[in-house]
Amino acid sequence: MDFVNAIILLLNYIFIPGLTYGSQLALGAIFVTLIYGILRFANFATGDMMSFGTMMTILFTWYFQSLGISLGVLPTALLAIPFGIFFMILYMLTIDKFVFKYYRTQKSPPVQFAMVSIGVMFVTQAVVRIIIGPGDRRFFDGEKFIIKAREFKEMTGLNEGLALKSTQVITIFVTIILVSLLFWFLNKTKTGKSMKAYSDNEDLALLSGIDPKKIVLVTWVIAGILATIGGALYGLDKSFKPFTYFNNMLPIFAAAIVGGIGNPFGAFLGGYVIAFSEILLTYAYKKFFIYVLPESMEPEGLVQLLSTDYKFAVSFSILVIVLLYRPSGIFKGKVL
Amino acid sequence: MMVLILMVGIFQSWNIALSIFNLCLISAVMTMGANIQWGYAGLINFGIMGYTALGGLAAVLISVDPVQEAWRAGGFDILMALWLIVVMVLVIRFILKRFEKSKIRTYSIAAIIISGILLIRFSAEPGIEAIEAVDPAKTGFLGGFGLPIVFSWIVGALFAGGLAFIVGKVALGLRADYLAIATLLISEIVIAIIKHEDWLTRGVKNVIGLKRPAPYEVDLQTTDWFIKLVEKFNSGKLSVIENLADRQAALNQLVIEGSSVFVKLCYSGLFLVVVIILLILTQKALYSPWGRMMRAIRDNEEAANAMGKNVVKQHLLIFILGSAIVGIAGAMLVTQDGLFTPGSYRPMRYTFLIWVMVIVGGSGNNFGAILGGFVVWFLWIEAAPISLFLINFFTAGIPETNVLKAHLIESVPYFRFLLMGLGLLFIMRYRPKGILPEKIEIK
Repeated sequence: MDFVNAIILLLNYIFIPGLTYGSQLALGAIFVTLIYGILRFANFATGDMMSFGTMMTILFTWYFQSLGISLGVLPTALLAIPFGIFFMILYMLTIDKFVFKYYRTQKSPPVQFAMVSIGVMFVTQAVVRIIIGPGDRRFFDGEKFIIKAREFKEMTGLNEGLALKSTQVITIFVTIILVSLLFWFLNKTKTGKSMKAYSDNEDLALLSGIDPKKIVLVTWVIAGILATIGGALYGLDKSFKPFTYFNNMLPIFAAAIVGGIGNPFGAFLGGYVIAFSEILLTYAYKKFFIYVLPESMEPEGLVQLLSTDYKFAVSFSILVIVLLYRPSGIFKGKVL
Repeated sequence: MMVLILMVGIFQSWNIALSIFNLCLISAVMTMGANIQWGYAGLINFGIMGYTALGGLAAVLISVDPVQEAWRAGGFDILMALWLIVVMVLVIRFILKRFEKSKIRTYSIAAIIISGILLIRFSAEPGIEAIEAVDPAKTGFLGGFGLPIVFSWIVGALFAGGLAFIVGKVALGLRADYLAIATLLISEIVIAIIKHEDWLTRGVKNVIGLKRPAPYEVDLQTTDWFIKLVEKFNSGKLSVIENLADRQAALNQLVIEGSSVFVKLCYSGLFLVVVIILLILTQKALYSPWGRMMRAIRDNEEAANAMGKNVVKQHLLIFILGSAIVGIAGAMLVTQDGLFTPGSYRPMRYTFLIWVMVIVGGSGNNFGAILGGFVVWFLWIEAAPISLFLINFFTAGIPETNVLKAHLIESVPYFRFLLMGLGLLFIMRYRPKGILPEKIEIK
């Protein structure tokens, strides 16, 4: 019985949160990696673009709520996401037209692109803060829990409860669907294949008659979908605050690079690598050992490898180690 | 630029004008540091925040009086931990020197690091807890050396340079945009450590009331010569007032105002000295053979390498120098504020804003860097009043109760981001070399 308790404990505090957080990071990381692979720059406006998409979703959620439309047990935000995506794509295309296009035709070095994306980051931050303000927003409605910890305890008679939030399930579910659709698109359709070709060798792709304008357009569309859904899921699960989104850019970058930048599958797994290592290294294992070990060997301290304050530092350290020993990332992206 | 600051002095107050001026000077120093790395050598460093914070930490460690009790409680454990770290580094160095590169070597080094960190953590824990338990509301940390705070400007440079040495060894081989990301993330790690190692820095509890290199306002207000000085300056204004009691009251008011202006002026003088010294040094360096070599490396690494220049070594050197200058600025900042708040170090303010200054001012030109620091900081501070004025101007016809207008006025503070972003984008597009572009004299 103790053993089952221990497993439930790990499930509740490590596995499910890790999977949720990892999915949110993975969506962002695929976004970064696509922009990097096809448009060839490190987009420092990642976090703020995600917050823009989320903001749009929130505005539509409020609008629907004021109309009295809801999805019952599901959060209304799910209904608002498509509208958010639409405006996100519109915003991205506008920015691309007025800002990035010039540098693309000039064939500027990636550093200049990165600098320009910092300008975009400032502007997007301003837009988001002016429209919705810098405060904390919760826009979740509907049923909060699928399984409550207490109910689970009563049901199974175990000591440890397993709480399953509906946002967690939605996040994991949506991520699986979205990512499998994306990989199907990249690997099976003609447009997806031409995107890959363009990313591999631009000149060769142009020679074989691939239209660069279309590639760029499709890239921004996919990026808009990923950014909005990733951002909205994070906002549903935790809460929406522009500053947090800006900060999330850092673990997202870490995930993309750890997975091998330019490689969408690597970025997907990289998100989970980062999420799980953050949680595994900062979790206090005391209770787990109490269940597993015999009484005489019970630990005295918290058995925590690092204090939770160092959560971000863990992912960044992983990144540094990866950069040192495998500069192309775990799953072989572009060589840096 | 000076005219603008003078205008603030006349229209708002001299106090505000001087504090903007002081921060402009500090920003100019930071920008010069970043400019050395980016303009001279083409190295991108997004870790400015980390070096600034280390400079600030130096200010704390130099100026605060040592907390004797804390040293008695846990000093020994901390010293032991430091000693362990030194031993660990030496062992790793020995292994790296002694054995050929192989998988076994890599794994054994990893094992040493991990077990070393665990060992240090568990051996230092009681000491750390004991230190943090010493009067946590007031101290709860080891304190510093109790030296004058101006020394910390040099020590801050050393700290930042030391960190830059480690970072440079690790990350300088990377391509430009990865270097940017890596330095950004490393600076976040530095901030995380400063924030959460309470025994060293008091963490988010902040260190307040640091020593000052300038006199205190309260002391000034009771000093005879200062009161006389204020009286002399304002003799015209005071002589108008007939009543003696009224005149005394007016004088007191003037003395209070004057004292804080005087303190700020002291800081301005100190900072100005630093800026001028750095300007002379960087200007000399730029036109020296060394500066020419750096430009050669920046413009064509392979060619410079073929000419026998050690690119890796020079990159590391310039990375350390630039970061050290940023460290000085960090120490100056904490000196001026008189307090150290680890929570306030955010990448937006301390990394990206400085980069906007570098790009806007003109990379590779020291005067451009200083100008960038002044212009951007001035706009950053004055953006809110300016945009408030503009909003009121454009919505003059709309009544005050209009929802849109009220919302816009409420979000005035965020227009500074818009201004910065648009400024950066326009400069990048139409004047990619900055306001004062790099001048290279070819003789």
